[in-house]
Amino acid sequence: MSMNRRQFLKIAGLTTIAGVGGPVIVAGMKERLLEASELVDVPERSGALTAQRWGMVVDMSRFRTEADRQKVIDACHHIHNVPDFGNPKDEIKWIWPETYEHAFPGREDEYMPHALKEMPFLVLCNHCANPPCVRVCPTKATFKRKDGIVMMDMHRCIGCRFCMAACPFGARSFNWRDPRGKDAQGRPFIRKENPEYPTRTIGVVEKCTFCTERLAKGLQPACAEASDGGLVFGDLEDENSDIRNKLRNHFTIRRKTELGTSPSVYYVIGGAEHV
Amino acid sequence: MFEKALQGNKSYWIWIFVLLAITGAGFLAYLRQFTYGLGVTGMSRDVSWGFYIGQFTFLVGIAASGVMLVLPYYLHNYKKFGRLVILGEFLAISAVIMCILFIFVDLGQPRRVMNVMLHPTPNSVMFWDMVVLVGYLILNVVIGWTVLGAERKGTPPQGWVKPLIYLSIAWAPSIHTVTAFLYAGLPGRHFWLSAIMAARFLASAFASGPALLIILALIIRRVTRFDPGKEAIQTLGKIVTYFMLTNVFFLGLEFFTAFYSGIPGHIHTFEYLYAGIEGHDKLVPLMRISSVLAVVAVFLLIFPKIRANETMLALASVAVFISLWIDKGFGLVVGGFIPNMFEKVVEYWPTGLELLISLGVWAIGLLVLTALYKIAISVKEEVEL
Amino acid sequence: MYDGNKIIIGLVVFGLLIISPILYNTLGKASVPPEPDINTPEINKMVEKKCVEPKSFMRANHMQILNDWRDEVVRVGKTRTYVNGEGKEFNMSLQNTCMKCHSNKKNFCDKCHTYMAVKPYCWDCHIAPKEKTT
Repeated sequence: MSMNRRQFLKIAGLTTIAGVGGPVIVAGMKERLLEASELVDVPERSGALTAQRWGMVVDMSRFRTEADRQKVIDACHHIHNVPDFGNPKDEIKWIWPETYEHAFPGREDEYMPHALKEMPFLVLCNHCANPPCVRVCPTKATFKRKDGIVMMDMHRCIGCRFCMAACPFGARSFNWRDPRGKDAQGRPFIRKENPEYPTRTIGVVEKCTFCTERLAKGLQPACAEASDGGLVFGDLEDENSDIRNKLRNHFTIRRKTELGTSPSVYYVIGGAEHV
Repeated sequence: MFEKALQGNKSYWIWIFVLLAITGAGFLAYLRQFTYGLGVTGMSRDVSWGFYIGQFTFLVGIAASGVMLVLPYYLHNYKKFGRLVILGEFLAISAVIMCILFIFVDLGQPRRVMNVMLHPTPNSVMFWDMVVLVGYLILNVVIGWTVLGAERKGTPPQGWVKPLIYLSIAWAPSIHTVTAFLYAGLPGRHFWLSAIMAARFLASAFASGPALLIILALIIRRVTRFDPGKEAIQTLGKIVTYFMLTNVFFLGLEFFTAFYSGIPGHIHTFEYLYAGIEGHDKLVPLMRISSVLAVVAVFLLIFPKIRANETMLALASVAVFISLWIDKGFGLVVGGFIPNMFEKVVEYWPTGLELLISLGVWAIGLLVLTALYKIAISVKEEVEL
Repeated sequence: MYDGNKIIIGLVVFGLLIISPILYNTLGKASVPPEPDINTPEINKMVEKKCVEPKSFMRANHMQILNDWRDEVVRVGKTRTYVNGEGKEFNMSLQNTCMKCHSNKKNFCDKCHTYMAVKPYCWDCHIAPKEKTT
């Protein structure tokens, strides 16, 4: 095959462009991808709580009354400026009760104790090891940190709500309207602002963050702190942690494990006496 | 060639201004949504996608269906489509523009939309959806414009367009496949978690798109001096027939798997859509209309003699279009969220404002379509007369 | 030239419109750039009135610092501590560090931002300190 000068120059030019441009583009992409490559480093500030994989055990034997649950919910919702719109359509929640049959659909048995079937379990973001919400987010606004926490970047969220469609646990809420607004009676949706923590704005998705802001200060998550031992928070990868001890000594269940997301929140149904 | 869109008779301008007025009303409605938030829609924590995303999904199908004209014409040299092919390409342009707008009005933070490109995320199907839609838009604009321009000059289109045309033929199914993957890869949404989703999407797209083209071709024949060709329309009718049957067949497969396996999660949404669950039945009338129209359409289409009658074909096309518009533009998306992740039924119905915004988007799409068709037909008339 | 007069008049009107902001500013009185106010109880208490970085640097680069802090705190999470040029440590927080001293958002942030016609969306979420309305 012979080629004339013109053809040669064309091919040579294209090769050069591919040779020079290709790596530049690839390097650029790599940088972009690495910037929020799935796993992001854990906090290393002195005094910060760190872990390989944060997890939680909800011990239902410690949540016998509504007051037990409410104080935990209030602690979280107050500290994070979670608004209360007073209607289910706009509702935003980070941690809340669902009865057994709704928290664990498909697991209810026909003749199980009525009390158990109706028992309100505290549900929250499961901080899955394999989170579908992170997989679908088109901007990496939701991502997984190296310590297992599935985090939200409210600055970057475009409000497409793909993560809400993808989360099998209904853990995500959307700001359908301004959380800083007031209702018809002039009452603010955020009853009492916590000036130490931001609110959110219209059109972003939010959820539980396992209190990353408190972990950085060496504090337990607000819910765990308020729970009197009902919520055990700790490192799932550390054999000697309280949480592993709890898991070793109790029969625990997780929500919808068949979907392969591997939740990091475990439930103890009875007290130790039932094992 | 743009000037052709600016020269029209009185009825052309009335039509344009009607569309502009609807667009304006939709825009005002959107301003309200922009300041108040998406709370003005019927969507909620439980049904977090609604009418907008439904319309988007349906319109991706319309856009993809342009290939049903391009492929026979360019790959099989089916000359009868020569007069129609540009209409298919321009319909695709208008449909993709509507798709992009429907995504845009659905965003909670529309000002941050460029984040999708600033932070490209290859593991997100939505990122790829953006890539394929924008790519398809560019392909159709370039191809349609170049080919039409060449036709006007009476020369064959430039050589470099050919590879682009072949690329666009492969690209068309990809846009709808990727759109199906938005749904078909989500754990826990049983109604969507179906391997046949992309195939079903393509079947319904290749039925509803050509059905719309038949309707448009018949309208064009009536209001202009340009005749897209009786035989071409009949061939489109055949395409609609085969793909409508395929679509109904695929839907039947979904029913079989859900009900024969008896797995509750797979049954629930079908129950909700077609019968209602515990008195929650807002979508049932719509879904039944869709089913009845599908049956009517299949009956009208399946007999060649009935189909050969253009009035009957038009009726069948309208039935196909509305049936699939309900099925895909509403039921499919909303149904996926009901029951919710806690197996509770929370219903959804679009609000007036939501519908007004959607109407505005459709008006923009029709505006683009009208202008493009006006240009294409003027050129064709000029060449032929 | 057809319609030469009309074209020339049109061009003059167009030109005037284009330079109207400049005319407005030169013919009118020159506006004085505002000086951000640092007169807050917290700052007045300080022995050495120093921000995280020198004033000139902050004036030019505070938005960049805030962006870096944001990404560090929300996305990287390695450390939420900022070490400045002098080796002093600060907690990276708009609400809990910056605004603890600059408790006068209206006379500090807003003054310049209004002058420059920029509208940072920080305050859509971050809570501004409670100020006496003056």
